[in-house]
Amino acid sequence: MALLEIKDLHVSFYTDAGEVKAVNGISFDLERGKVLGIVGESGSGKSVTAYSVLQILENNGRIVSGSIRIDGQELVGAGEKVMKTIRGNKISIIFQDPMTSLNPTYTIGRQIMEAILLHTDRTKEQAYERAVEMLRLVNINEPEKRMKQYPFELSGGMRQRVMIAMALACEPDILIADEPTTALDVTIQAQILELMKSLQEELGMAIILITHDLGVVAQMCDEVIVMYAGSICEQGTVDEIFYNPRHEYTKGLLNSIPTTATKDQKLKPISGTPIDLLNLPKGCPFAPRCENAMKVCINHPAEPMVINENHVAACWMNVKKGIEDGNIVLNSKADDIKEGGGQL
Amino acid sequence: MSKKLLSLQLDLDDFIPATDEEKKYMVQMRQSTTFFRDGVKRLLKNKVATASFIIIVLITLLSIILPMIWPYSYDAMLGVSPGKPVDASYNNLRPFEYGATEKKLIEQGEKVFPHILGTDSSGRDYFIRVVYGTRISLAVGFFASIIVLVIGMTIGSIAGYAGGKVDLIIMRIVDIIYSLPDMLMVILLASVLRVALGEQIDNSALSKIGSNIISLFIVFGVLYWVSMARLIRGQILSLREQEYVLAAQSTGAKGSWIIRKHLIPNSISVVIISTALQIPNAIFTESYLSFLGLGVNAPMPSLGSLASEALNGLASYPYRLVVPAVVISLIVLSLNLFGDGLRDAFDPKLN
Amino acid sequence: MSTKLMSYILKRLVLALLTVWVVVTITFFVMHAVPGGPFLAEKAISEAVTKQLEAKYGMDKPLMTQYLTYLRDVGTRFDFGPSLKQRGREVADIIYDGMKTSVKLGLIAASIALFFGIILGTIAAIRRNKIIDKVIMVITTAFVSMPSFIMGSLLLVLFALKLELFPANGSTTAGLVLPIITLALYPLAYITRLVRSSMLDVLGQDYIRTAHAKGVSRTKIIFGHALKNSLIPVITYVGPMLAYIVTGSLVVEKIFAVPGIGRAFVNSITGRDYPLIMGTTIVLSVLIVVMNLVSDILYKVVDPRITLE
Repeated sequence: MALLEIKDLHVSFYTDAGEVKAVNGISFDLERGKVLGIVGESGSGKSVTAYSVLQILENNGRIVSGSIRIDGQELVGAGEKVMKTIRGNKISIIFQDPMTSLNPTYTIGRQIMEAILLHTDRTKEQAYERAVEMLRLVNINEPEKRMKQYPFELSGGMRQRVMIAMALACEPDILIADEPTTALDVTIQAQILELMKSLQEELGMAIILITHDLGVVAQMCDEVIVMYAGSICEQGTVDEIFYNPRHEYTKGLLNSIPTTATKDQKLKPISGTPIDLLNLPKGCPFAPRCENAMKVCINHPAEPMVINENHVAACWMNVKKGIEDGNIVLNSKADDIKEGGGQL
Repeated sequence: MSKKLLSLQLDLDDFIPATDEEKKYMVQMRQSTTFFRDGVKRLLKNKVATASFIIIVLITLLSIILPMIWPYSYDAMLGVSPGKPVDASYNNLRPFEYGATEKKLIEQGEKVFPHILGTDSSGRDYFIRVVYGTRISLAVGFFASIIVLVIGMTIGSIAGYAGGKVDLIIMRIVDIIYSLPDMLMVILLASVLRVALGEQIDNSALSKIGSNIISLFIVFGVLYWVSMARLIRGQILSLREQEYVLAAQSTGAKGSWIIRKHLIPNSISVVIISTALQIPNAIFTESYLSFLGLGVNAPMPSLGSLASEALNGLASYPYRLVVPAVVISLIVLSLNLFGDGLRDAFDPKLN
Repeated sequence: MSTKLMSYILKRLVLALLTVWVVVTITFFVMHAVPGGPFLAEKAISEAVTKQLEAKYGMDKPLMTQYLTYLRDVGTRFDFGPSLKQRGREVADIIYDGMKTSVKLGLIAASIALFFGIILGTIAAIRRNKIIDKVIMVITTAFVSMPSFIMGSLLLVLFALKLELFPANGSTTAGLVLPIITLALYPLAYITRLVRSSMLDVLGQDYIRTAHAKGVSRTKIIFGHALKNSLIPVITYVGPMLAYIVTGSLVVEKIFAVPGIGRAFVNSITGRDYPLIMGTTIVLSVLIVVMNLVSDILYKVVDPRITLE
């Protein structure tokens, strides 16, 4: 049994303009101690997925259906009482903007200790010690001085370290990091990522790293999920996704990164604009922007197909390839089923 | 070894490339509209704001039309005719009640238009006085806001464009005027201007409007332009900053297009909304002053002065207070709600 | 205290003093714009008073001298001169008597407004878009749009005359109930809306999401993290609220015949008791300016981003 199992999750926001379908039937597992990256553009549903795990969606957001299990315990429908014991304790989250994510009128120490006192039996003195210990762990100098300071007195990088310290204070099994470095300077980014990597090795928690930056994924993650318009395009190990992309969107993403190899060529961005989640079309959500879209893409959403044991992709191009290679047969005539072999 | 059997009914034709039209058809993009149309649509969706707007329009229309067609005028003391002794039977009639003289006229076969709200202590039809008072209150509120708009815009623009020392001086003055306790100054100025300018105005062409109202406009003009000036100045400063930044990024013509399409409509809408919310404020101030006796001159009624006069006979004729009170509240409430609605619809920051 | 805070306080203090001076000056010169001058415009002044006035103010001296004399008298001794209409009484005494009642009225009204406003605003924010919130919003919208004299008049008609629950006259303690309620209603409605919107704003902030994600309970989030931050705008409202109460008391005391400074002021206007008008304007203005100053400074003190630099 995986540490975290998500099956067929559907999340929508109910607005004045209608139902915004932010997540449309995604499934994935997270194993203990692994680092999973979720990649996608804004609106792809990656953050919403994370927030659904902790059930900290905004007021008008709701998990419509699906299952989220941690260590076998079902979280969907479990109720606030249960969720309060999970949040900050078994599963923690750090957010993108450390400036606004910390309460400006509370000291650093108080904010970290709050988490400790909530979820453990420690006394105030013990909580204080633990908080100082955590600050040291994230490489903040003079931790005892920092305990008494306010967020605005710290730099962006330090604040993010404080967030990490706060998130890890109760030794969670899973740390969710929602674009943890996007709001930071490039040099600080590297430091924070280094820190997260070393903490992960030291403490052994699983990490879900949400980002739009493929470079970060390459650096940090074991496995990656590519999302678009609330659905999973493909998922697999980092090597598989980067070197053997099997979804047109992933290919587009990889092609649009400028590298030294392509430095004399024009950049190839993905044309078109992201889909309107109020009006999801019936076929594959990426089809309108896809160079290779086929008629089947217009009419039917692609089902996830197993490429190999490390790789699943939901793209009709794979089926097309399968037909061309003779591994897949169309039509329901049972006697025409051919036994095909091996990989697609 | 894996059997791949597709559960859908597909054939090879499905796997030919899709055309551009088919792709476009998948996506029904919302029509892009102009800033203005977008805002109006949003406004209409807001039922409260739309209802308030209708109420205001209705009240305004009624206040303009009714005095023109009503058989009674606001200042005609019905029992008083030159040369004859005062006929007191017209005074203090209850709603729909007829005075002695009127009853005689009815018996003689004449049609006497009913007094919907009775008459006041001088024999004037109260209903039309209320209607006329509404007209005055609305007019004063509206024109005072326009005066404030014009003055505020002028000074604010000067401050914004000129910059430097001029800007500094103007803003210091704005600060001081802003921190003056406005109502007290208004009362002070109104009470004195009335006396000081009284004779001058009464003898001139402006006498019809009344010296009190003139002093009211003067007071408004002198004190209330400050918020508008600050607003305009702020808008101009931010526009200039955008221009500067864009110029520095050398995006050329595209940059100024952005300014024209987005920032200027934004500024205009901010100004309009501010003015719209200023009108109920002006109406309130006018009625407040009238209530204190510093507003319009008798016999011209204003909703505030009517309420004030009604205090005297309150025990016997409570409706004389309640009716103008309700009308003022309705006007101010509707204007506020409409102004709020305007702001919600047109303020892009709230999107 | 940090230097930034000190310089801010100093700046505001200077502005306040400047404003007060402007008020006194405007009052003086505006009053003297009355044809014949404020002291002699009314014919029915007794011999004794006229003599007193001339001795004091030197009617024949140039205006600037009169102005400076007035400035000195008011600034150093709070001497506003004798009342024109109330024989034998000094303006300063009249003001003092009136203030006793009015200040009591105002403070009680302000406390009611703050107390209930904060509670109702918080409830409305927590139960956003539920029935209780909608009810609160409708009622507060109505109260916010009703001028104080309308409110007072309606309350007078309803509770004093029709239902006879409270006396219509404000001279007794029971008679102060309606005036206090009238004065309190607008600020109460305003504060409720302010707290509601401020709290909703705060609840939408990222750090609230962080607290939620840490497992902090809803109650603790609201009363621990959110409330303190939500109240900051309320502090900025204290100044304007008191200004409102001052101007509101003018009409409320008139309606309910409360023997306070508001009624004295209104009567002085209609009675053209110019020294009293001047004195009251100045005193009330100073009160308002001071309250605004205090509220502005308090706001800066409370916001930790400024204090602890």
